[in-house]
Amino acid sequence: MADEQNSAGDETNRRDFLYLATGAFAAIGAANIAWPLIHQMNPDASVKALASIEVDLSAIETGQSITVTWRGKPVFIRRRTQGEIAEARTVADTDLPDPQNDAERVQKDEWLVMVGICTHLGCVPLGQAGDFNGWFCPCHGSHYDTSGRIRKGPAPKNLEIPSYEFVGDSRIKIG
Amino acid sequence: MMRFGIKAGLAAAIMAVGLSAAVSAPANAAGDAKHPAEMNWQFDGLFGTYDRNALRRGFQVYKEVCASCHSLNQIAFRNLSQEGGPEFSEAEVKAIAKEYLVEDGPDDYGDMFERDALPRDKFPSPYPNENAARAANGGAYPPDLSLITKARGGGADYIHALLSGYEEAPEGVEMRAGLYYNPYMAGGKIAMPVPLLEELVEYSDGTEATVEQMSMDVTHFLNWTAEPELEQRKRMGFMVLIYLSIFAGLMFFSMRKIWADLH
Amino acid sequence: MSGESTYNPSNGFTKWMDSRLPILRLAHDSFIDYPTPKNLNYWWTFGGILTFCLVTQIITGIILAMHYTPHVDFAFNSVEHIMRNVNYGWLIRYIHANGASMFFLAVYIHIFRGLYYGSYKAPREVLWILGVIIYLLMMAAAFLGYVLPWGQMSLWGATVITNLFGAIPLIGENVAIWLWGGYSIDNPTLNRFFSLHYLIPFLIFGVVILHIWALHVPGNNNPVGISVKGKQDTVPFHPYYTVKDGFALTVFIILFAYFIFFAPNVLGHADNYIQANPLVTPAHIVPEWYLLPFYAILRAVPDKLGGVALMFGAILILFLLPWLDTSKVRSARYRPLFRQFYALLVLDCLLLGYLGAQPAEGIYIVLARIGTVYYFAHFLVVLPVLGIVEKPKAVPESISEPVLGAQPAE
Repeated sequence: MADEQNSAGDETNRRDFLYLATGAFAAIGAANIAWPLIHQMNPDASVKALASIEVDLSAIETGQSITVTWRGKPVFIRRRTQGEIAEARTVADTDLPDPQNDAERVQKDEWLVMVGICTHLGCVPLGQAGDFNGWFCPCHGSHYDTSGRIRKGPAPKNLEIPSYEFVGDSRIKIG
Repeated sequence: MMRFGIKAGLAAAIMAVGLSAAVSAPANAAGDAKHPAEMNWQFDGLFGTYDRNALRRGFQVYKEVCASCHSLNQIAFRNLSQEGGPEFSEAEVKAIAKEYLVEDGPDDYGDMFERDALPRDKFPSPYPNENAARAANGGAYPPDLSLITKARGGGADYIHALLSGYEEAPEGVEMRAGLYYNPYMAGGKIAMPVPLLEELVEYSDGTEATVEQMSMDVTHFLNWTAEPELEQRKRMGFMVLIYLSIFAGLMFFSMRKIWADLH
Repeated sequence: MSGESTYNPSNGFTKWMDSRLPILRLAHDSFIDYPTPKNLNYWWTFGGILTFCLVTQIITGIILAMHYTPHVDFAFNSVEHIMRNVNYGWLIRYIHANGASMFFLAVYIHIFRGLYYGSYKAPREVLWILGVIIYLLMMAAAFLGYVLPWGQMSLWGATVITNLFGAIPLIGENVAIWLWGGYSIDNPTLNRFFSLHYLIPFLIFGVVILHIWALHVPGNNNPVGISVKGKQDTVPFHPYYTVKDGFALTVFIILFAYFIFFAPNVLGHADNYIQANPLVTPAHIVPEWYLLPFYAILRAVPDKLGGVALMFGAILILFLLPWLDTSKVRSARYRPLFRQFYALLVLDCLLLGYLGAQPAEGIYIVLARIGTVYYFAHFLVVLPVLGIVEKPKAVPESISEPVLGAQPAE
């Protein structure tokens, strides 16, 4: 009697284990199928190839700016004059809606690299314009200084500094 | 219960495959073309992989011999460093790209200009367009090679046979100027002159550049350009088949358990 | 069989839902507690397999559409972009391309199951007709889909088939121009084919719902062809057939996976890896394997309009099948003479399929004509006559007692 009950119990356990194993295997399969279906929407190899660009700075003279396209966005690269650097260094924090040291925004003082998209609503600011000798956004009147920091106007934050590194003296890799 | 069922189902599936194999008689199908010899490529079979060195030698052959007439327009320089291919280093790829010029622009004056290629650029074509290609080759268009092993029914075997199989035209067969005899070509006449000659290329790894070797290597390379995902695909396929076999077993025994109480 | 619902909502939410939209009840009654004949064999698993195929094609198709460009200058390259750049793009493309073949393999097995066991007979005529409609929609979807990669076969196969409409008397040429949106297959054609290819699977989905509904009214047929007499003849769909279908599906997927991972191009045509060129015609224009029998019939007839008529006729005749087969016995198990002709039909369809891939000349044309004649003769002559002259074997009383009954069926 006890033996029959035990074997019936064993039978149940074996059956449950089988169903459990089958269910677990099915779940593993489902997860493995789901991942490619989701990951295909992540940036593809051709997009990722454009995720970094290298820019040759050797042709840019002091006081000159260029604009390059990176990840579909404009990036301003300016070779600042000594005067502009000095201006950027002598600003009190209280004058800055988004306080930030100029030294934190550049790797080499001369070279200012920033994403050229106004942090207000996304227009592209005009260079060497505005009240602070930097950039001016014509859409809603934001003024940026020689370090690309917001000084006056509705924009909440300074112009974004993308991640970049110098590869050689006159070449940077952005992204 | 299972008597007629599974076997006939499998038979039906096999017949469908057999039917389709009979059906796959495409681009080189003109009945009398010589049948290419069956090769044992390293990339064949369930566990096929690419031979990196063969890919690199093949790339060298493409670059030095074929690229003067044939484009490779699906391949970007960066593909040369990705996994599953020749796997050149990033630095090597940058150097290879720099040897080429690509068109870019317009510049600030509205003009198009040429610049050194970058890894993200595709291989530039030897001709600006198909008409120019035909004009330079007696009216024949040297096809793009990116997909050539998939675009010919005989696959890699056919490409290799064609490249290494040029012969003298047999007695009585007249070849007009601009056509050459190749028994593997449908109709026997091909507009491409013999592409490979002994020692045509000096392999950087020192391998002897026989016609057979160069033909195998460039075919190997072209199979990669057509199927860069091959290694990942077969690896994944093996895992999938193992998984499905185990899962089928689990489902089968679950089914037996469920149906057992029915009589 | 449509009977009383046995659904009993057990918790607060399910009771709340049931009184507002009894969809859980519908799912329970249709796929969980649904009484299914207990003697179904593996030929009955293909309905579930087909549903899997449809869902797979829709999901992979929607994903491909995220990356594909339906313009003649970009289509071919966008497919290569999917294969080379999109994460797992090669996998999703190969699943979709081989999935179409698997879909047709399954549908042909499913149809031939119906032909063998008399599943088209009363009271399942509408079920059968809905099935033929699904089959037609599948062929349309497959034809349109094959054009999208814009390879040589895409262009030229579409050219051949759309030119057939030109055979319609009086209005034919205008119909062809209307289909093309121009004077030959070009960008307007490709764009509209993409739109319709996206649409049709959802039409199929709707007809499939009607198809399952039409099935559930009389209930499933079964291998002996005898109607269910009571509860003793059935088992609940879950877990008996959910798990059996699941097992069969897994075996089917093993075959599917073999194609995807190890022979992804063997069912296709090499010429479709050459970009479409309106100035260069391929040596042999062939459709995909699953359309070959119809292609053989089309080319068997010397007259262009006649070929078109017979090709469509070959499908349309299936609509009449429930009324052409006069036998009172459903299942071929008890119809020995019918089984022989059934075998001939199967061989005939395979032969026509083979011939569809051969050049339309010589012995191939002769055989195609014989094959076409037999095909129509089977439905129009053999089936009606057989029902009258055949002496079927004695049919069992019921599913549960497959011991032969005292009286042979009339």
